[in-house]
Amino acid sequence: MSDSNVLLSVEDLHVHFVTSRGVVRAVEGVSYQVRRGEVLAIVGESGCGKSVSSLAIMRLLAKPAGRVVHGKIMFEGVNLLDLTDEEMRERRGRDISMIFQEPMTSLNPVLPIGLQIMEPLFIHLKMTEEQARARAVELLSLVGITDPERRLDQYPHQFSGGMRQRVMIAIGLACNPKLIIADEPTTALDVTIQAQILELMKELSRKLNIALVIITHNLGVVARYADRVNVMYAARVVEKGTADDVFLRPRHPYAMGLMRSVPRLDRPRGAKLETIEGLPPNLLDPPKGCRFAARCQFRADICAQDPALEEIEPGHLSACLRAKEIAAGEIGREQTVIEAGGKREGRAGEKLLSVTGLKKFFEVTRKTGTFSSVKSEVRAVNDVSFDISPGETLGLVGESGCGKTTVGRLILRLETPTEGAIKFKGQDISKLGAAELRPIRRKIQVIFQDPYSSLNPRMTIGQIIAEPLLVYKIVPDAAAAKKRVAELLEAVGLFAYMAERYPHEMSGGQRQRVGIARALAMEPECIVCDEPVSALDVSIQGQIINLLENLQKRLGLTYLFIAHDLAVVRHISDRVAVMYLGRMMELADGDALYAEPLHPYTKALLDAAPIPDPSIEKSRAARTLGGEIPSPLRPPSGCVFHTRCLLADDACKATIPEIREVKPGHLVACLKV
Amino acid sequence: MVTQETIDAERARLGLDRPLGVQFADWMVGLVTLDLGKSMWTDRPVTEEIGLRLELTMQVAIMATIFAVLIAIPLGTISALFKDTWVDYAVRLITIAGLAVPSFWLGMIIILALLYWFNWLPPITYTPIYVDPVANISQLIWPALAVGYRYSAVVARMVRSSIVEVMKEDYIRTARAKGVFEKLVVARHAMRNALLPAITVIGLEFAFLIGGLVVTEQVFNLNGLGKLFVQAVSRNDFTLIQAIVMLIAVVFIVTNLIVDLLYALFDPRIRLGGK
Repeated sequence: MSDSNVLLSVEDLHVHFVTSRGVVRAVEGVSYQVRRGEVLAIVGESGCGKSVSSLAIMRLLAKPAGRVVHGKIMFEGVNLLDLTDEEMRERRGRDISMIFQEPMTSLNPVLPIGLQIMEPLFIHLKMTEEQARARAVELLSLVGITDPERRLDQYPHQFSGGMRQRVMIAIGLACNPKLIIADEPTTALDVTIQAQILELMKELSRKLNIALVIITHNLGVVARYADRVNVMYAARVVEKGTADDVFLRPRHPYAMGLMRSVPRLDRPRGAKLETIEGLPPNLLDPPKGCRFAARCQFRADICAQDPALEEIEPGHLSACLRAKEIAAGEIGREQTVIEAGGKREGRAGEKLLSVTGLKKFFEVTRKTGTFSSVKSEVRAVNDVSFDISPGETLGLVGESGCGKTTVGRLILRLETPTEGAIKFKGQDISKLGAAELRPIRRKIQVIFQDPYSSLNPRMTIGQIIAEPLLVYKIVPDAAAAKKRVAELLEAVGLFAYMAERYPHEMSGGQRQRVGIARALAMEPECIVCDEPVSALDVSIQGQIINLLENLQKRLGLTYLFIAHDLAVVRHISDRVAVMYLGRMMELADGDALYAEPLHPYTKALLDAAPIPDPSIEKSRAARTLGGEIPSPLRPPSGCVFHTRCLLADDACKATIPEIREVKPGHLVACLKV
Repeated sequence: MVTQETIDAERARLGLDRPLGVQFADWMVGLVTLDLGKSMWTDRPVTEEIGLRLELTMQVAIMATIFAVLIAIPLGTISALFKDTWVDYAVRLITIAGLAVPSFWLGMIIILALLYWFNWLPPITYTPIYVDPVANISQLIWPALAVGYRYSAVVARMVRSSIVEVMKEDYIRTARAKGVFEKLVVARHAMRNALLPAITVIGLEFAFLIGGLVVTEQVFNLNGLGKLFVQAVSRNDFTLIQAIVMLIAVVFIVTNLIVDLLYALFDPRIRLGGK
């Protein structure tokens, strides 16, 4: 602690939340240091205490439930916990800034962004209106917002998500703080925008010598940007060290499991994802001894004792009682050999689902005055064609607004296409009426993204799953339905007794399993999976993907797998289609697409996706795709990607590229390929 | 014995011999030109009958609104900021009482108290404010208070719950993380967002007061619109009833329009012409 370079030192921090069901020990005995100008990442899954510990530094814990019960937070030699509220307020925004996860809700919707940036300047630096305005303009240019003068008077709703996060960063930088805490700063953003924001933060922190604490669950982000890493599990730090230490030589089984359960773009596709089985413990009543023991594959008798965070190698600490054995290579080496994912053969010629020239335009009216308005079209899906063979998985990737979800909704016939055909087993279902659709609806089911809002909170799990069984008379009576529900629950890895529970009594992963069981109840042939794992933690995500793959093998299901996570899509898909602004850019065999992307957009997407390995990441040049995703209301002329494409020339502005087969089975819509 | 001729003549005079569509069109034209016919009881023009009463009722409603807003916004805000402390409990007790106590009963208590302690009663005859402001206000302040208490209770509860909600928003946390003074967090960041639902309630309550003050007007012996309405109903005075119902409908629509316009003033996302 004598190190004068240490800016922030958290010592034995304990945070409790008092709830009606008891005391949640959200943070227990967390200690770490941040040196000036360095980037520290805190990694962990939801509920592990990573956000709570940083809110405690800002003293912004929800009152009165959350309180620091023990520990010190030394910032430049002063214990922040001893300061009065007023003294703490003076430091917030001036010495320590915080950037939050949700750019859409973190800015005040009724105040112009100029005022929101200038506020800390008025308060901390006592600037005049003109000085503050000049500084705000400077800050906006610094974070890469063009035309800053004019944009100062605009309101948050006039900015895109990525732009709002830039504004948040500008606010954070306003008073030249010494420390910025970024809580999941890019989780809500698209891949290409995420890369831009992270690159910007890293560059600014270097240039201005600002220490950065990044809190995230995304290991790829950590690998590219962090100097040092703390891994948290169940309220405690379980491993800490340099990024190289933690990624290349993890010494805690949880960290090891975390590294392995992320599907990776830089490795051959495995047949099965490795996962950490089970669920994190409930912090209302944590288990004695090692908290990870219940999920640990190296569990031994000794694990009933409480492990301390001990130095294994210089500067590399692990809270595992068997860490020395891991370090010595006695355990943990015998990783299950991952058999390479073989290609699953679809029955050639026979198409289960065939989509041709699919279009969906939404008409929107935009008011331009009290009595005038303009009608315009959002071309959500524009000329998309593909087909899926029985038993195959087609991945559909793209950033927000690219139309991938609309494609899913069209196939489910929750929307009626403007143009084009959707053939299911040879029958065009694109124009069918409600009555004719009924038997087909049974055969095409859906799994939604959000397991929290897609289950009715007032129905039990059993009722939710049984409802379609009884409506469609798949089973004769209630007793048979109950039996079938039990079967379905077991098929998705839950227990029959859980039918009595309500959704709020289940974890996110369990709810997603319920969602899968509900879809399976209809005995479908095809399932549209709309971002089924993006709301889940890494270790749970792997469990769900494996379940989906097992069910596919057993029941011969066909999936349309919609997601924005390239690695997840690669893992599960046989073929992958890439969409951008309503159009299909590339469609190819999964392995071919990732090994040899042809379309510049696909290349940019793959470049932007961080890989959880610091040695690879640091050698990769920063190749971020510039610019914003254009509004689908006014898509660019010609090739919709030309505004952001490095290869684009005048021809691209004028001609809409046809999608054509460049190699067998590899389709690309680009003039330059 | 009334002859058929007398009946026919009367029907012709009232226009009842014409087709229904023509009668309706005639009435609509009258409505637009503010010619609503004559009261069937007093034979004076309906607009004249309503005019004087509307002035009085309007004034009571406006005074009650001012009173309610002045009380409700600070009270609701304090209650929200000190949520689950004795301050909050006290405010909630006051507001729940405001909802439970009928306005006319409170009015009676006010009159009795004035009589008992000050040996004074508000004037009985109505003096318009432009004739004698003191006499006018000393008469109308009491019904405005009686009605305003309930009104302020409704608004205060709305303000409280919406501030409690807003204080949980991410942008409040952002403001605090910037080191903004707590007072400014509430005044600048929370209030503008929290007032939107309160404005809706204020608008609805205001519209309700025009025509909804029947009993309170009785207690304070005010010759207002509510009283007129009751009289018109008991006398089967159709032309008058029609006009009052129409008026109340117009008041509801106009106040809602004003509320919508205020929304646009407070919330840039609703402003017209924006993207």
